[in-house]
Amino acid sequence: MIDGIFQFIDENTYLLLGIIKAVVIASALLGVVPLLVWLERRLMGRFQVRLGPNRVGPYGLGQPISDSIKLLFKESIIQNSADKFLFHLAPVVVVFTAIVSFAVIPMTGPFELFGEKMGLWASNINSGILFVFAISGMGIYGMVLAGLSSNNKYSLMGGLRSSAQMISYELTLGLAALCVIVHTGSLNLVDMVERQNSWPNALNLLNPPLMIAFVLFFIAGIAETNRAPFDLPEAEQELVAGFHTEYTGMKFAMFFMGEYINMVTMSALITLMFLGGWNTYILPDWAIIGFVAFAFKVSFLLCVFIWLRSTFPRIRYDRLMTFGWKFLLPIAIVNLFLEAAIRVI
Amino acid sequence: MSVTENGLLERDKDTMTLNMGPSHPSTHGVFRAILEMDGEVVGSAKPDIGYLHTGIEKTSEAKRYSHVIPMTDRLDYLNPPGNNLAFCLSTEKLLGIKIPLRSQYLRVIHCELARIASHLVWLATHALDIGAMTVFLYCWREREEILDLNEEISGVRMMTSYIRVGGVAKDATEDWLRGVRKFVDHFASKVDEYEQLLTRNPIWLDRTEGVGVMDRASAINYGMSGPALRASGVDFDFRKKRPYSGYGNFEFNVPTRTEGDVYARYLVRVEEMRESREILVQALRDLPTGEYKNPNSKVSLPDRDKLKSSMEVLIHHFKLASEGFTVPKGETYVPIEGPRGEVGFYIVSDGSNIPYRVKLRAPSFMAIPGMCKMMEGSFIADVVAVIGSIDIVMGEVDR
Repeated sequence: MIDGIFQFIDENTYLLLGIIKAVVIASALLGVVPLLVWLERRLMGRFQVRLGPNRVGPYGLGQPISDSIKLLFKESIIQNSADKFLFHLAPVVVVFTAIVSFAVIPMTGPFELFGEKMGLWASNINSGILFVFAISGMGIYGMVLAGLSSNNKYSLMGGLRSSAQMISYELTLGLAALCVIVHTGSLNLVDMVERQNSWPNALNLLNPPLMIAFVLFFIAGIAETNRAPFDLPEAEQELVAGFHTEYTGMKFAMFFMGEYINMVTMSALITLMFLGGWNTYILPDWAIIGFVAFAFKVSFLLCVFIWLRSTFPRIRYDRLMTFGWKFLLPIAIVNLFLEAAIRVI
Repeated sequence: MSVTENGLLERDKDTMTLNMGPSHPSTHGVFRAILEMDGEVVGSAKPDIGYLHTGIEKTSEAKRYSHVIPMTDRLDYLNPPGNNLAFCLSTEKLLGIKIPLRSQYLRVIHCELARIASHLVWLATHALDIGAMTVFLYCWREREEILDLNEEISGVRMMTSYIRVGGVAKDATEDWLRGVRKFVDHFASKVDEYEQLLTRNPIWLDRTEGVGVMDRASAINYGMSGPALRASGVDFDFRKKRPYSGYGNFEFNVPTRTEGDVYARYLVRVEEMRESREILVQALRDLPTGEYKNPNSKVSLPDRDKLKSSMEVLIHHFKLASEGFTVPKGETYVPIEGPRGEVGFYIVSDGSNIPYRVKLRAPSFMAIPGMCKMMEGSFIADVVAVIGSIDIVMGEVDR
């Protein structure tokens, strides 16, 4: 019996390792969400001359937990006119795509554990960055389906806005990423970071065309994650709550989870592509230091996301489209040619 | 939409009817706009009001004059002193009594504080409607100080009822005046702070410039008043044109713009906050000594501390408290400049101690047709900006 188990493990090591990795990373990611909610609320509090949550647990750290318990036990209301199947499916799609797109994000360099060479990622595939775009593009379905199935006019408009917005900004996002791909010559995220591990190639950000690409990618990234000032799909003051107006309880929380995980993924992508990933350049090359450096860079970007939200008003829908198509996209195209020209020379 | 023979609505256009409100996060209360939407663009906007009907005008016909004052607080709940003042001025005109200068100054201080507080609420909600969350809480911080001052002098934070027929309820203490002075001293820098966040912010400009435009002629024709009128290029302010309650003693500017869009209304109101501060500075500097209410005990309540020593005072107090004062037969209307525009009570008296008819000229109510006109042809996001820039208060619309 025991021999049989060992034999099974021996034969399927990579499969089992993969499952364990996936479970660990997915649950860690879900664990980050409450922390991020807490961070956002605390930080916003500071920006807005108020305290933010500070009652539950030390520094209010228990607040997101008590909130999620509340949401879990809330009655799930579905109006009669809703399309039940799609209504249930939509939040699942959002969370699923958000978690899956994080699968290829490497969080530190390859290291050796028990004589095995391994890395802190669920999967290291050669077209990593394309995988992220493909999966996060699927996430739009969640929002559109939520908007359509709710049978609510505000939700419908929110869903339409989100699809239009994400399609428009995905182009800029892709073109900005293409600059980095041209520069590093690889679609693999681990490779991308390793190309930035020493001077003078350190930090992709320092190359002029990539600097522009960084700004473009950041702006489009905010739009892609539906964060302020591009949070039109859920524009609270116009569309009540946009595509998730009719959602209650845990299903509502799942949209939130999806948004926050997307934020983390986007910050991680920016870190990997432009900020040198886990490279510190001065500290020793240990995996644990690499992870801390990576986490630090990601948290910094997350704070910038929150900072922007508390500072800017919301852009109007038509301006958003104009801005995306007539301003960002031409710059992205010219920038890509510039980068390509520099490569060729 | 057209009605068919069997009474059903038939679609003749490919539009969507969107009921914005009455419970919607940014229709400022229970305003309902029936929008005919073509995608994101508003084809036509119809207002629907009445969800906050309180019957205050009708109730006033069964209450003594002094009892109406607390109800006027509840009309435009962001500007209670202005409503009190408008009602008192009309009543005083019918009574034909004079108001001591100190009391007039105290009224001005109270009204200008209320104007600042009202504009702060406007700026806070308007900015929040457009998505700038932080300004909201900054404004609330300063408004809190004004509410604390209100509480100190009248015992109530919002519904002060401080202004009474014949004067004010209570004399201002040195302590309170020091508090007002302190507020006035640091308020200018706070306005700079709001402006820093918004005035030159490209997104803010993008959202407000050229949105909800109303030209000079239509602003007059639609009966707009207050900042909405002045933003369309009409230099009209009752404080200047028909000074009441001693406003003629102060030097201040009436900010006007000619663009008539949301941004112009924003600039006018922000500038008005600074001018109100100017008035407060002057009022505090020149505040005269003397009576704080008309000494005529037939109209204003006598001092409480004399109640136990003077027979006459006791009789007056009893008469006033039990049946109030009678107002000579007649009708009158005294307009004042509220934060939202012309506020005035048209009072008809039949010679008794109860008004025969009280009619409020509410600036928000008058502004609604013009507001809906502005919405037409704009985006749904602009609808919110327009409602915010007109600054309607449903309490006075559905009185």
